[in-house]
Amino acid sequence: MEPQVRTLVDISHTPAAMQGYADMVLERARWAATVFQRYDRASTMAIVDAVATAAHDHARQYADWAVQETGFGVAAHKKIKNELTARPVVDYYREHDYINARIDEERKIVEIPRPAGVIFALTPSTNPISTLNYKIILALLTRNSIVLSPHPAARECCVDAARTLAAAAVAAGAPDGVIQTIDEPSVPLVEVFMSSPKTNVVLATGGTAMVRAAYSSSNPAVGVGPGNAPVFVDSTADITKAAQRIVESKSFDNSVLCTNESVLITLADVERSLRQALKSAHAHICSEDEVERLRRFVFHERGFNVECIGRDAAWIGQECGIRVATGTRILVAPIAQIGVEEPLSREKLCPVLAIHTVNSRGQAIAQARAVLRLTGAGHSAAIHSMDERVAITYASAVEAYRVVVNAPCSQGAAGFGTNLAPTFTIGTGYFGRSSIGENVGPQHLVHWTRLAYNSDTSEPFGRYDGLGPVFEGPLPEAPSDGVPGSPAPHRVQSAAATGNLDGATREELRRLIAEELRDILNK
Amino acid sequence: MSVEKLEFLERSKYFWNPGKTQDWQDMGVDLVIDRREGYYLFDMDGRRLIDVHLNGGTYNIGHRHPELVEVLKAGTERFDMGNHHFPAIARTALAEALAACAPAPDMKYTAYGAGGAEAIDIALKTARHATQKRKIVSIIKAYHGHTGLAVKTGDERFSKLFLSEDTAGEFIQVPFNDLNVMEDALRGRDIAAVIMESIPATYGFPMPNEGYLPGVKALCERYDAVYIADEVQTGLMRSGEMWCCTKYGVEPDIMVTGKGISGGMYPIACALISEKCGGWLKQDGFGHMSTMGGAELGCVVAMKTLEVVQRPEVKIMVRFISDYLRAGLERIMAEYPDFFIGIRQHGLIMGLEFNHEQGAKPVMRHLYANGVWAIFSTLDPRVLQFKPGVLLTQADAEDLLRRVEIAVGLACEEVMGTKKRIM
Repeated sequence: MEPQVRTLVDISHTPAAMQGYADMVLERARWAATVFQRYDRASTMAIVDAVATAAHDHARQYADWAVQETGFGVAAHKKIKNELTARPVVDYYREHDYINARIDEERKIVEIPRPAGVIFALTPSTNPISTLNYKIILALLTRNSIVLSPHPAARECCVDAARTLAAAAVAAGAPDGVIQTIDEPSVPLVEVFMSSPKTNVVLATGGTAMVRAAYSSSNPAVGVGPGNAPVFVDSTADITKAAQRIVESKSFDNSVLCTNESVLITLADVERSLRQALKSAHAHICSEDEVERLRRFVFHERGFNVECIGRDAAWIGQECGIRVATGTRILVAPIAQIGVEEPLSREKLCPVLAIHTVNSRGQAIAQARAVLRLTGAGHSAAIHSMDERVAITYASAVEAYRVVVNAPCSQGAAGFGTNLAPTFTIGTGYFGRSSIGENVGPQHLVHWTRLAYNSDTSEPFGRYDGLGPVFEGPLPEAPSDGVPGSPAPHRVQSAAATGNLDGATREELRRLIAEELRDILNK
Repeated sequence: MSVEKLEFLERSKYFWNPGKTQDWQDMGVDLVIDRREGYYLFDMDGRRLIDVHLNGGTYNIGHRHPELVEVLKAGTERFDMGNHHFPAIARTALAEALAACAPAPDMKYTAYGAGGAEAIDIALKTARHATQKRKIVSIIKAYHGHTGLAVKTGDERFSKLFLSEDTAGEFIQVPFNDLNVMEDALRGRDIAAVIMESIPATYGFPMPNEGYLPGVKALCERYDAVYIADEVQTGLMRSGEMWCCTKYGVEPDIMVTGKGISGGMYPIACALISEKCGGWLKQDGFGHMSTMGGAELGCVVAMKTLEVVQRPEVKIMVRFISDYLRAGLERIMAEYPDFFIGIRQHGLIMGLEFNHEQGAKPVMRHLYANGVWAIFSTLDPRVLQFKPGVLLTQADAEDLLRRVEIAVGLACEEVMGTKKRIM
């Protein structure tokens, strides 16, 4: 008979058990971060590269797994995203140094990077692996530890992926514990982690409720809000290219990126040619009756129908009884109004694009603002135009912190296909109730201690060339005395111990000291 | 010292233990532990101490660990001590949990005591029954507790007082780390058991030489003696493995765990017994009885303790803590090379060696004054027992080193203050 380990008194759902578990995971992360901060740039980058390579090599495996587990998206596109969040992110930040001190002779200031420590990161179900890759790479670039809490719907693939990357990190020399996951996430457990004093910063990507909870946790948080990108196709745009880019973007991973175009706004004078171009790019333009059916299916009383998330155009068409041609990539729904009365002007994480026609550029801007007022403030917008004055007016008016010009918005706002920082965490700034308005990057996970000299010119600045934090590297392994193969003690040599006394003299001195000591203590 | 504490100490001397109460005052340690939490002790006058004595590893996972408090409270909804005459749900469940992590594959039975010494007595009785021999070999300066048989295995310091030392020549003591003398003791084939702490705690953690413990085990096999591993202070992940003997490659015939297994919350101690030694449990299962041994609430707490220490995070933390403290202690040692002369270490089992016969005593006193509680080794006062917990936080570890550095400096100055004059 084999011994069984059983639970007689189950306390697993009590606050004490959750606290105990969180403390242990976060303290392991703290230890790992403490040791990691002894690493120099070369050894850090070696770890980062090893993890990026592992993420790249497993991109397909986890793309398939994510689609299978969540039912969202297109595996081939997820593979691309998983790859994009590995090596390209590292390459983008390769020349940025978050490890060595920066010397500013001019201002007589030396800046020393101080990593956050322990990051608690939430990852969504829509972009599970790409967000996970991305947050891990960011953490490692800045020598932080990260504890990931995957969305329950994508738990299995995320836990496995994090283990794979953690193993790659350790194999490349990282302290054991820089990457961990919560294997069984639940709302109360996540709240314990978020509010723990052992957590230094919460990186929240996910539903609004979770993001708001992160901001309410009492810990510093970088949370990002939902998107609902308006895209304005101006009369000066290259209509064919604009249509192709919009379809490409909208069909990419079936619109699960929160940067996807939601409402297309165009001018009456180009509407007809734009519709034609969209059709040529394999968009299906819905009739009034089809729009009604689509509206009822995609939005029900409780809001967006999550069944639709990341489904393809054919599936949605079939569910709504809309006959679409083979190869249809997106469904385009003409809408007459924008605002609370039109659900289709809300965020749609599926290849359904609303289209609305206006009579003037001024009206287009007003409608784009209305789209973002409804939801998605601070997130993304796009414009297709050859007139830079139109572009700057539009961008100055819409409440979005990134306005993509003449490029697919899904990818472009996330820094792929534009020169924005590649990210899977879009800062929605003050418009979107977030602390950060730019694409979240490693710079947000490290603060700087500034050594500031007297500005008076009579007071000279120090010579800091070649100076900075001391990188001691990994801790030497402590011996397990008496265990074969245990490392020998690595005595630190003191100045006194390496003095000029010869061995015999030292022995004699020791003897004298010991004798005297005995006298003192035996008194 | 507050008036309240002075008054309390008088009552302690009057009603509880005058000698022990006074001895601590004489040693300059006026500690009366009041509140306790994690690895902190709070003196009744409010002073905080980081605990690296842990009462011999009893508080391995901290004082009043929240999960243990919770499981004990929840346990009272269903259990009390139980009735030792009958098969018992919690006692069997803990026995299974122990069998699942035992240091030898055939270790299937667990017999319970209310404390470590009782479990040692059970182990010794079990060995005597299994071998039908009486003699027990232990290490000079060994310490296995204060009950009838256990006390005889140890230093006479604790047995003679009560006229309880061995007078029948049944308890033989041999020096640690000497296989030749061990073999001489066993050669006559009249030894029932060798009892061995994997690292003798109260003797200041002298570390076994490479091959010593496996050598002893081999000798036990050759001369038909039972190997009893006393893992009371060294078990439960303190070495970085569940049981320290495993690290040395020893599969004992009987193993005793106490102190830490109770989580410091509910008294319990266990003797794990291999199939080949457990004959009495079949022949006469009523042979040993203990009303409070294996109290079922204690079993519930012990099962949680086992579960906590076996989480994968713990082993990794032990590694971090031991590497980090080692690096820090070596720096301190380099500062005071003539005074702080050695570190004995296996994971979080550490002895700090000082260059004086009583050297650990002033260090203990200065640590106490600087907010750290660590105790000298009773049977080798040159050595300070340094036993940080397996869940020690990074912040506490850093603070601990800061305080140790100060205390070692002060102790060095106190006992070697004349050093400069000599040189």
